[in-house]
Amino acid sequence: MENLVPHFVELIRRAATDLPADVEAALRRARGQEEAGSAAQGTLDAILENVQMSRERSTPICQDTGTPIFYVYYPTGWSTLTLKKQIREAVAEATAKSYLRPNSVNSLTGRNTGNNLGEDFPYFHFEEWEEDYLKVELMLKGGGCENVGAQYSLPDTRMDADRDLEGVRRAVLDAVYQAQGMGCAPAVIGVAIGGDRGTSYLKSKEQFYRPLEDAHPDPKIAALEQRLIEEANELGVGPMGFGGKTTVLSVKIDSLERLPACYFVSASYMCWADRRRTLIYRDGQATIE
Amino acid sequence: MAHIELHTPISEAAIRALHVGDQVSLHGMAVTARDAAHKYIMENFIRPPAVPASEQALHAELQRLWRGGVMYHCGPVVRQDDAGRWHFVSAGPTTSIREEPYEADVIAHFGLRAVIGKGGMGPKTLAACREHGAVYLHAVGGAATLIASSVQEVTAVYKKEALGVPEAFWVIRVAGFPAVVTMDAHGQSLHERIAEGSAQRLAALMAR
Repeated sequence: MENLVPHFVELIRRAATDLPADVEAALRRARGQEEAGSAAQGTLDAILENVQMSRERSTPICQDTGTPIFYVYYPTGWSTLTLKKQIREAVAEATAKSYLRPNSVNSLTGRNTGNNLGEDFPYFHFEEWEEDYLKVELMLKGGGCENVGAQYSLPDTRMDADRDLEGVRRAVLDAVYQAQGMGCAPAVIGVAIGGDRGTSYLKSKEQFYRPLEDAHPDPKIAALEQRLIEEANELGVGPMGFGGKTTVLSVKIDSLERLPACYFVSASYMCWADRRRTLIYRDGQATIE
Repeated sequence: MAHIELHTPISEAAIRALHVGDQVSLHGMAVTARDAAHKYIMENFIRPPAVPASEQALHAELQRLWRGGVMYHCGPVVRQDDAGRWHFVSAGPTTSIREEPYEADVIAHFGLRAVIGKGGMGPKTLAACREHGAVYLHAVGGAATLIASSVQEVTAVYKKEALGVPEAFWVIRVAGFPAVVTMDAHGQSLHERIAEGSAQRLAALMAR
């Protein structure tokens, strides 16, 4: 297999320093909706200035470059072992170049490995597919917003949440309220209904790969997504928790099969610095979207 | 809402003059400390009857820097130049609430005048701010390149090997570091106010 390390380094650089256009556009729209001269608008101004400056200087938008989460889709015959080795090499190189902060800490010794490599760090998901090209999706998932993710097991009497979409609605509103400004609002909320505890959280995070403007193909889910965007923004938490009209930029929901005994609702919180990029490698040509 | 320039060391009077909502520009020295640093401080400086001999030099240096000084909840992205000097590349605030169990003791122990972070802190820290004359300054989370551009110089780093780059004590000189007072020395907290307002709106949404 060819040496793709330089392409992977570039994928990481772009993800860490160059906020995707849909996220930036959503932040700009939010800025326009906040009251002139408000703390909310001032915060969004600082955010947008920082986005621009990070792009120009090629420096991380946020110093917490998070957990690098790689979803790798590869044609039949490719070696996932080699892909993993090359991506890990690229992660170490990107760390040395200050595109990533050294973020992998041994939970028992407290030692930071210094290069973002640990036994299970970064995170990989490999999937063989029928296409003839390689696609690598990368998201950088920050720790502050990871801390405010929440999982509910329905029914939940504290909020009158039954095992239905109304129960899901209640759980998601509670999660956004509990997070306040601590996860760096305005957020994208990824929601999974069903699964087991592990697969449910993973599914909720996979929602962050979706374009902000898309809608779920199931009209009932799409309607709930839209309703939750509006209702979460009624909470008044606002950018950074300073108060204001923009608490979430988007809500993305999907579902999984579940056991009869289980009904999980998992809400993952992605900070405004919603960093994700995709590398396509086809016929020896690499493009980053 | 006023715009105020703060210079370290900061006097108690300057802190008592601040109110929630005031915008400040900070000039002078600050020292980063986050999760592992707070654990280290509690275990070496605050809980034991005497500071261990091996840690006394750092304790004295932090006492010097933090008397009337500023702590910054931050784990930066750094770069070392060919001459060996460190630079802050990307350095926004980290979530402060994790230090809530410790910060009141740390403020009292060192005589801190300001803690910079994001997301706000709880009632224990708010009470310490009132008692000792300190404020919580909120920086914009994620605005890391912008904030790093106000860091003029990294003058020292302590415990980098033991705690790792993000969690070390980085001593920085800043000019025009932008922040907003969200918890003042008069017992006021913007975070409490927003939490109460959003709790009421949540209850209304749940009633629909």
